[in-house]
Amino acid sequence: MQSIISIFVKSVFVDNMIFAYFLGMCTFIAISKEVKAAFSLGVAVIVALTVTVPLNWIFYHYFLAEGALAWTGIEALATIDLSFLGLLTYISIIAAFIQLLEMIVEKYYPSLYNTLGIFLPLLAVNCAILAGSLFMVGRPYNLAEATAYGAGSGVGWFLAITSLAALREKIKYSNVPAPLRGVGITFILIGLMAFGYLSFIGFTI
Amino acid sequence: MSTESIEQPIKQKSEPLFGKKNRKLLSNPLDADNPVTVQILGICSALAVTVQMKPALFMAVGVTIIVGLSSFIISLMRNLIPNRVRIIVQLMVAATLVVIIDQLFKAYAYDISKQLSVYISLILTNCILLGRIEAFAMGNKPWPSLLDGIGNGAGYGAILMITAVFRELLGSGSLFGYKLLGSSYIGNGVMILPAGACFVIGLVVWMQRARNGYREE
Repeated sequence: MQSIISIFVKSVFVDNMIFAYFLGMCTFIAISKEVKAAFSLGVAVIVALTVTVPLNWIFYHYFLAEGALAWTGIEALATIDLSFLGLLTYISIIAAFIQLLEMIVEKYYPSLYNTLGIFLPLLAVNCAILAGSLFMVGRPYNLAEATAYGAGSGVGWFLAITSLAALREKIKYSNVPAPLRGVGITFILIGLMAFGYLSFIGFTI
Repeated sequence: MSTESIEQPIKQKSEPLFGKKNRKLLSNPLDADNPVTVQILGICSALAVTVQMKPALFMAVGVTIIVGLSSFIISLMRNLIPNRVRIIVQLMVAATLVVIIDQLFKAYAYDISKQLSVYISLILTNCILLGRIEAFAMGNKPWPSLLDGIGNGAGYGAILMITAVFRELLGSGSLFGYKLLGSSYIGNGVMILPAGACFVIGLVVWMQRARNGYREE
């Protein structure tokens, strides 16, 4: 239990997807002009990461890893290493899940769909979602830890985009040099925020 | 209307392989339509792999090859892809190319591939790749699509190299691993951190916009 909490907190603050690895930056910059949109996208990322990371964990450990096919009982399959197929598998699972999620939300939660609608397809090509699965494979997590890691990464991403959107709403009232307005100053803001998150390094529970 | 439809095939027939329009496809993304600083695509890896010149160069070459070839292949298939499942088809074509490049780097440049770690695989979700496929290759012929892909890859590579020059020179006093600033130079720690990349790219955007006169609301 303790390891799960510690993995969760660590992936929110120390290994923050945005400020430690700079993943999912395209959507991070494009959708952070308003807090409301940023909030909706953040929630969608939390859902996507919490579900796809454990899903991919199951696929990796029961189909792709070396010796993973031993459960079939067929001797010839027991030593096969399919991990080079990882990338293709993860991206298909992610894309399929996002498509499914979009259809479910559209059918049963139309009001949520109206807020999230345009962001859901974007998630399939968000680096943060794919990176969640790629990092998970490289670390010795079990299923519960992988879920905690996915959820934590999602929450970290959510915090990052909501706080950046709040800052960008405020910076409209500042006198920024004209060519630096918009994207330029946003990069510098992100750099400064990343310094803040650096202070969490070495932080353990 | 009628003159247009008559002109169209003649114009396309006479368009040489490196005609003015096609040259523009290659040169525009280098500056005026740069994928990183103007379209704001492919930022993740631009920030993450630019600590040193060498990995940045490999990344730039990898992205250029992948974007060019996948645009080309998607453009060949563009009339066969059903609209509803196009994202998955695009991802599958791109993923195959990414796996090939990943395995090539692992085989022939193992150290670099270790340094780039997941960022090679993440070329797949690099927005430049899908952005160019969606915006250009789905509606254009294979040859212009190939040029457009290569041009955008090169534009991305140019920003990568500019950022990497600043970060490696100021951060560790060297370029391509060769010491330039002598042992008395104390590296600037900020430049080695990813935050430093944000500042450098922010300043590059500033310089470019000041020069081009582009401004945002």
